[in-house]
Amino acid sequence: MSVLAVLEQRPAPDGRPEWNRMSFETVAAAQQMADELNTSAVAAVVGQGVEALAWELAERKLAAVYAVEHELLREYTADGYTAALRQLIERVAPRVVLFPHSYQVRDFLPKLATAMGRVAVSDAVAHRIDSDAVVLVRQLFQGKVQVDVRFAGPAPHFASLQAGAYRAERVAEGQAAVERFVPRLAPGDIRTRPLERFRENGRDVDLTAAEIVVSVGRGVRDAANIPVVEKLAQALGGELAASRPICDAGWLPNARQVGSSGQTVAPKLYVAVGISGAIQHLVGMKGSRTVVAINKDPRAPIFEVADYGVVGDLFQVVPELTAAIKKLK
Amino acid sequence: MKIVVAIKQVPVRDSELRIASTGKWIEEADLVYEANEPDAYALEAALQLKELHGGETIVLSAGPPRALQTIREALAKGADRAIHIEEDLGALDPLASARLLAAAVRTEAPDLVLTGLQSDDLGYGQTGVILAELLGLPHSTIVMQVEVREGGIRIRRELENGWYRYVDMPLPALLAIQSGFGKLRYPTLMGIKKARTREIRRLTAADLGVAVESASVVIERAYVPERSKRAQLIAGSPREAAERLVEKLRFEARVL
Repeated sequence: MSVLAVLEQRPAPDGRPEWNRMSFETVAAAQQMADELNTSAVAAVVGQGVEALAWELAERKLAAVYAVEHELLREYTADGYTAALRQLIERVAPRVVLFPHSYQVRDFLPKLATAMGRVAVSDAVAHRIDSDAVVLVRQLFQGKVQVDVRFAGPAPHFASLQAGAYRAERVAEGQAAVERFVPRLAPGDIRTRPLERFRENGRDVDLTAAEIVVSVGRGVRDAANIPVVEKLAQALGGELAASRPICDAGWLPNARQVGSSGQTVAPKLYVAVGISGAIQHLVGMKGSRTVVAINKDPRAPIFEVADYGVVGDLFQVVPELTAAIKKLK
Repeated sequence: MKIVVAIKQVPVRDSELRIASTGKWIEEADLVYEANEPDAYALEAALQLKELHGGETIVLSAGPPRALQTIREALAKGADRAIHIEEDLGALDPLASARLLAAAVRTEAPDLVLTGLQSDDLGYGQTGVILAELLGLPHSTIVMQVEVREGGIRIRRELENGWYRYVDMPLPALLAIQSGFGKLRYPTLMGIKKARTREIRRLTAADLGVAVESASVVIERAYVPERSKRAQLIAGSPREAAERLVEKLRFEARVL
């Protein structure tokens, strides 16, 4: 009854598969959980031509590494991945199956769990073992409430892990045997046809190069109020950025979006104005050296990643801050 | 095209949340509710498709009587009729919720089922995909665009880090819509008037022959998280706070 880590790869620009770096966080979590449950960790990677990646795992502390290979798995499809992983899981019979909470996993994990009569605990941030049972911690209501959840039904138990919840550098070294696993798949099993991946043109704003980023969120309430924050960015000599809702509403172009679906920035100074700090935004900026948050809600999760916070009305605080900075220059 | 769009009602975003005395969920009394934002975009997608291709848009929502308000708002925005499953989902796991929705969708046999990508309350982000599996439908998630073509649809999915991909799919299908799909419309006065005459079919779990229980995943304890790191909060009037902050940024953080 092992702990199985299902890793994620995707084709690099040259077409060869490369790791999604979150995969190693999943390996670290699986090793830790396996130790605590007195069992072993195993890992699987799905695709076509993934044996080279599987061999990279041969030097980690894993009881087995499965290269799940099939030509119908070359491109990701929910149907293909579900059918292949279901066969692997039935063969390996793990106790717990862990995944990185990536966009791809969100697309197929609920289907896989349902097909096997289970419910996956998605986006877990931590775990503990209580009387030999796995208890997972999840965040609700944009991080304002946390819950401990427990699996009520029989194994296997499925969970996906939030980016950054486990540390990839904690992966333990060791020796692992690599096994090729070829699932039974027929072209008719796959109902969707994915086309080429592409990036939008006109991503002309490179926020990653900016030393100072001033980012605006929902708190600004209206497109007409954006200049209040823009003036602060100008005074600081920084780039203006935004959280997702602002770009969704068309108040600023998508190219200025920071977060999991936008750009990832790590400037010297990041000023978050009227941003509550949903995890999708935090993953895009938490590497910043100094973070300032201005928000009217003292319980907003942004204050957890901020170094300095001002709790107050942005329409009063931001103009004063702009004036105070102008005085310096 | 016949479209069923599933909408959940959730507490408004800046609600002050307290833990219920059971210690397993939030205190729901006194909260104000609204349509889950990703679901509002799913409705927007349905209404845009109807404008282009005709057909019918049916709103499906499970929830206690207060959910009627969200259903009426969807009708006022242009949905043709609604199904209200009168059951409180509360902290039900996503499989339990999806079983209720699936039973109601089966009575309609639509061409397309739309859901939001995830809920702002539980945030599992699973109900749509589970619903597809229960209904035996192909699905796509994080959908930004839908184009109807010969023999099916071509959708545009968002991937990570600014990447996208088109996917061709047959119909019927289920799509989990990403926030930002088009611009959300507001109900018009005419829409609100018309909504009053539109049918809302009421069903219970018993009518649908589905048990309301989470058998697989159980919330053991709900709590307000401890703050791992706390920002240094700067007090004072807006002017004082701004001046102190600039001092800190210059001499403590040395970033100015």
